[in-house]
Amino acid sequence: MKTTWRLLLALVFAVAISACKTTPPEADDSASDAADSTPVVEEATTTAAPDPRDYTDARNFDNSESLLSKRVIYFDFDKSEVKAEYRNIVAAHAAYVASHSSSRVTLEGHADERGTREYNLGLGERRGNSISGLLSAAGAMGSQLDTVSYGEERPVCRVSDEDCWSQNRRVEIVYTAR
Amino acid sequence: MTVTRIMQKLMYVWVLLLFSQLAQAKLEIEIIQGNASALPIAIIPMQWRGSGPPPLTKPAEVIAADLYRSGLFAPLEDQDMVDRPVDAESIRFGTWRLLKVDYIVIGWITDAAGGNGFDITYQLFDVHTQEQLLSQITTVGPGDLRFGSHRVADAIYQKLTGVSGAFSTRIAYISATGEGRDQNYQLFVADADGYNPQPVVGSPEPLLSPSWSHDGQRLAYVSFEKGNSAIYVQNVATGARELVSSGKGINGAPAFSPDDRYLAMTLSYSGNPEIYIKDLATGQKRQLTNHWAIDTEPAWSPDGKWVYFTSDRGGRPQIYRVAAEGGKAKRITREGDYNARTTISPDGSRIAVAQGRRNEYRIAILELETGRMRTLTPGVLDESPSFAPNGSMILYATREGTRGVLAAVSADGNVRQRLILTEGDVREPAWSPVIR
Repeated sequence: MKTTWRLLLALVFAVAISACKTTPPEADDSASDAADSTPVVEEATTTAAPDPRDYTDARNFDNSESLLSKRVIYFDFDKSEVKAEYRNIVAAHAAYVASHSSSRVTLEGHADERGTREYNLGLGERRGNSISGLLSAAGAMGSQLDTVSYGEERPVCRVSDEDCWSQNRRVEIVYTAR
Repeated sequence: MTVTRIMQKLMYVWVLLLFSQLAQAKLEIEIIQGNASALPIAIIPMQWRGSGPPPLTKPAEVIAADLYRSGLFAPLEDQDMVDRPVDAESIRFGTWRLLKVDYIVIGWITDAAGGNGFDITYQLFDVHTQEQLLSQITTVGPGDLRFGSHRVADAIYQKLTGVSGAFSTRIAYISATGEGRDQNYQLFVADADGYNPQPVVGSPEPLLSPSWSHDGQRLAYVSFEKGNSAIYVQNVATGARELVSSGKGINGAPAFSPDDRYLAMTLSYSGNPEIYIKDLATGQKRQLTNHWAIDTEPAWSPDGKWVYFTSDRGGRPQIYRVAAEGGKAKRITREGDYNARTTISPDGSRIAVAQGRRNEYRIAILELETGRMRTLTPGVLDESPSFAPNGSMILYATREGTRGVLAAVSADGNVRQRLILTEGDVREPAWSPVIR
């Protein structure tokens, strides 16, 4: 029963995505055809570059043109709402996860150094849960998603200014299985 | 009041204290804001009367440094000691009065009975009345002469201030060294003056939130060594440790109840952080808070009746209090946008918090009875306050550039000092209870 649901959701997503793909005026028909018909996928991997908007194609993880290559979401101070500018990145990952039942994602939540360490663990988790919630709503299974909060313990930048803090307030979308 | 002391009243006293064993302990202690009304006291070097060569530790130096760090005493410098009496009969009180010294401590060290350890025999006199205020022998084991010296400092402090000393206690803290993948975290325990740092546990993954048991034997802490936060309780002396919680989500902010039977902690397996109380003997736990907000950083009142905690249920993090038995939470802090990570004074009358205003975080203290709140530290990223077991000082973490260092401030805000470990980023100090 659950499996049927999953497949259905994935299908709905695949349709939604291919629908999206037809709207922008791009002439790269071959790639989009290849992604839609499974039997020729293997041939496509060796011959054509992936369509960056095909969020079910794992090759796009390393394609800087594709939203799938973007795996860090940034937040405002003491906030966990996903800002509008990042929603399309999250949607791209949702499409991938929903269409690959064996994929697994860990959402690593982080905070900047301001405030206390344990509160920031809570804040990092809340941010991770925001992303996790959006992925679930878009068809990812709970069993595919995991949230880990590191609070302020794993900064990417160590200077005490807003520029640095804004880089540290983040959720990293980490694929443990693709 | 002499001219010198009036001068002192007019300005901060900036003094650098360098200990004789600095290189050994890699630690500097600097009083960055002194107290003009500190009591002048002379701690006369103590003669070695035992067999064999004299021990390396000089008890008079340790005692003087302890008293100095408290901010309440101004020990006479060694080079100003015109006389070095070794017994009560040879003290020339007139000389000490001329030197403006109010109190004098004399003593000697011998082998303890049976030759195992040391006896510190000492006397404390009031220079003005020539009255003997203390006459005691402190016995310690071999290798414990520093500890014995701290005990003597405790006794002198208690006699002259009426408050028990906290020099023979310990501090725990986290240090982080290296960058990126080479980062290494260590939980240390050191003497209250920063000497004898001993690693308790190390990990390439983050360690945080060390918290003492009230018997001073164990530390609870959070480790990410398994990839997610987990709470451990470790015996400091034996190193034996127990995994207390490693559920889904956050396992954080452990705090022993005053009777050490329970551990309060933050768990988020239900979906968001709530405070739970776990019975350490039976392993049973109960949920203390239930709110969609972040509830964390529990701290017990000394009588064990209340649990104070941080919650952003009102929009921003503030301190709340709930009965340890459960019930409705009441908001405690009202001033400031951000009040978190509270520590309760040993008498239960005051709480200290990390208080945030815009981008600045300072240690503030709140009188629970009057609701009066006062900022104690200059900031700008001060956090993790921890009360000394006698309530006289608050140890906290601060920043110097990009590096974390430890500092302490007297509970009245008058005296501040900095403890710097020369290596790494030092944070999250926790002051031990008095070890009996």
